Amino acid sequence: MLTTTLILGLVLGGTYALLALGLTLQYGIARIMNLAYGEFALAAAFLAVALFQGIGLSPLLSLPGIAAAGYGAGWLLYQVMMRPLVARSGGGGRLETDSILATFGLLFLLQGGLLLAFGADFTSISHLERGVDVFGVPVAANRLIAFAICVLAGGALVAALRFTRWGLAMRAVALAPGSAPLVGIDVNRVARQGFALGAALAATAGASISMYQTFSATGGVVFTMKALVIVIMGGVGNVPGALAAGFALGLIETFVATAIDPGLTLAATFALFLGVLLWRPQGLFGART
Amino acid sequence: MIRLLLPPAALALLAVWPMMVSDYGLGLLIGAATYVTLASAWALFSGQTHYVSLATVAFYGTGAYAVAVLNEALPYPAVLLCAALAGAAMALAVGLSTLRLRGVYFVIFSFGLAELVRQLITWYEVNVTGTLGRYIFLDVTARGIYWQMLALGAATIALTAWINRSRLGMALRVIGDDEEVAAHSGINLARTKLAAFVLSAVILTLAGAITSPRYVYVEPSIVFNPTVSFLTVIMALLGGANRLWGPALGAVPLFLAFEWLSAHFPDTYPVLLGLLFIGVVFLVPQGILPAAERLMRRRAGA
Amino acid sequence: MSFLEIIGAEKRFGGLRAVDGVSFALERGEIAGLLGPNGSGKTTLINLISGALPMSAGEIRLGGRRISGLGRDRIARAGVARTFQLVRILPSLSLRENVMIPAVFGRRAHWGREAERVAAGALDLVGLSARASASAGDLTYIDQKRLELARALAAEPELLLLDEWLAGLNPTELAEGVALIRRLQGEGLAILMVEHILDAVRALCPRVVVMNSGRLIADEATAAALSDPKVIAAYLGEEADA
Repeated sequence: MLTTTLILGLVLGGTYALLALGLTLQYGIARIMNLAYGEFALAAAFLAVALFQGIGLSPLLSLPGIAAAGYGAGWLLYQVMMRPLVARSGGGGRLETDSILATFGLLFLLQGGLLLAFGADFTSISHLERGVDVFGVPVAANRLIAFAICVLAGGALVAALRFTRWGLAMRAVALAPGSAPLVGIDVNRVARQGFALGAALAATAGASISMYQTFSATGGVVFTMKALVIVIMGGVGNVPGALAAGFALGLIETFVATAIDPGLTLAATFALFLGVLLWRPQGLFGART
Repeated sequence: MIRLLLPPAALALLAVWPMMVSDYGLGLLIGAATYVTLASAWALFSGQTHYVSLATVAFYGTGAYAVAVLNEALPYPAVLLCAALAGAAMALAVGLSTLRLRGVYFVIFSFGLAELVRQLITWYEVNVTGTLGRYIFLDVTARGIYWQMLALGAATIALTAWINRSRLGMALRVIGDDEEVAAHSGINLARTKLAAFVLSAVILTLAGAITSPRYVYVEPSIVFNPTVSFLTVIMALLGGANRLWGPALGAVPLFLAFEWLSAHFPDTYPVLLGLLFIGVVFLVPQGILPAAERLMRRRAGA
Repeated sequence: MSFLEIIGAEKRFGGLRAVDGVSFALERGEIAGLLGPNGSGKTTLINLISGALPMSAGEIRLGGRRISGLGRDRIARAGVARTFQLVRILPSLSLRENVMIPAVFGRRAHWGREAERVAAGALDLVGLSARASASAGDLTYIDQKRLELARALAAEPELLLLDEWLAGLNPTELAEGVALIRRLQGEGLAILMVEHILDAVRALCPRVVVMNSGRLIADEATAAALSDPKVIAAYLGEEADA
């Protein structure tokens, strides 16, 4: 029983961690609080399903293309919508309010588009559902694949941020957007890359979710909410923190769903959020100031 | 003198209006009055402080649900009182845990609050009472609902006018400009924000309670419709959230536009809403009223 | 018992001790300079006294009453007013409103006529009363600094904390500023001023406290401190780094 919860929780947590990674990049680096984030992931999930049902393309194969499309969409969105807001705020606190409002509008725009294109029904595909034995616990292969994608993408991102010049620029902008230009970093470019990369991660997470979860066009808010809670738990902009917090949330949700009631998982998410806010508002892994 | 007499005269006119319209017209009047109330109540807190609350429907829905649960057990005034208390308690819990922190935590919490309350009530109804969905049988006519909502809306605007001139209003304006200066000037940030948030939430809850008999059948997914939160924010923003009459000015035309759009373009309606919202944020971020004031001043100056 | 007592004040940021066991006292009506090279912890100390940052250890007392651990607003109402190193005004409000705020929410909690009178008095003191209805966002940098001081004064404080308030003024304005501060002190206000303009410090402060790397390295008469080898070494050390 406990092993089952643990393994299923870790697998679910992998997807959550991936989902949160993108959001933490968008908020940490581009300073955009993207409330339409979940709709991005949903759009990717619908796309993966459409490709599977339409031309029989496995989500596993369409995933790189979907991730690339997510990057492109994020890039474009930053140029067209976010860049003017950034310019208008002049580096002040207004960007946060403006980006919240603009992406709140975007949320309804995307949700409306998804409803129009795919309807309001729940969608799922049964792909690679064969059980695989993991320490005596049968886990569907698609969940394991989603988990592997998360570990690969998350691990690659952590490594890239830590060991490459590109990662150094990203971290510099996240820490001190005001002083990064002094050392020759093009903040606008880095912010755009961070936002686009975040969108690519959202798309990756959405496509992997499509392989094993049932979802509908109106469910984006819950994805965004969970990603936000993970980001806060991990400390804003903290990639390893988001990974760890994602796994923690997966474990807690699975525990609540199996031991108490599946209808209370969102309540558990909120309780966790409240607990973190009251106890350590800077995040479980953030530095105390 | 005219400024003082105009609002009561207009209110009297609005109060007799339902005598001259069809049922459909009355429905429109109720809807417009509801959104004027919601947008004004939202702006009472969010307009001055810039703490964007996305939780309007969490309170509105709680009000409606409180009536659905209590309408057969208690007399109507007591039901309204219970609804108001439930809204106040919820606002206190949310405010106490998030308003002492950076604004973004409050936004995030308010963003998910409606979904949380909806899921909790659904869970409770399914697992504890075993019924999902309730009927409201109340002896309230549509006109009665309109008059109540009109009174609530007028009270909200009057309250806002009074707050704007009080210490509380002054403190809220300073908080909206610079919290650090506010604190070092002796303003208790948490208490000020909490007071305004709870007041605003109680009005939102009452608005939900008053309109609830119009639904007849109430279910969490009906009364916790996120579009309500969305419309409230865009209406207040369009009119000018930090002006007394701004939210009302934004609410009436937008409500009528949305009614027309949802009737004629039911499928593309959400997309149009989203586009309109983004348009407002980009083109008139301060709202129409402040923009018009600036234009007038420039004319006068030129 | 002194008016302001700072006892073993300490502030840690992670492993860094920005303020490290600082103790000194200030009497009612006394003015003292707070000196030290950049990064020595002066502004952090101002933040500790005004409650902008919580202390890691130690205690601060005002008039015998412990103020450390209280919120910023309560410290302000206890009679502590401050200016900011980077000037902070409320741009969307008028000058009069800017100055009314501490009069309304400060120590005496005035309202109506009385608040307007206090605000007008503070604006008058800094020479801005002619523009009371203007929007604060339209002011020049110097006038913003004046407004910020007026706002601090409208709180009718007993202790005024100035964080490089004289920085950036031209010679004429500097002379006016020095005269203004001297006049405030003459009215019985205790003033602790962080300042890099040593001529102004010599002119205003009979006594200075000097910090370096978070520690108090001197607390003595100004002339003595400015020829103190420890103090000179601290400043020279900064120049050698720069």
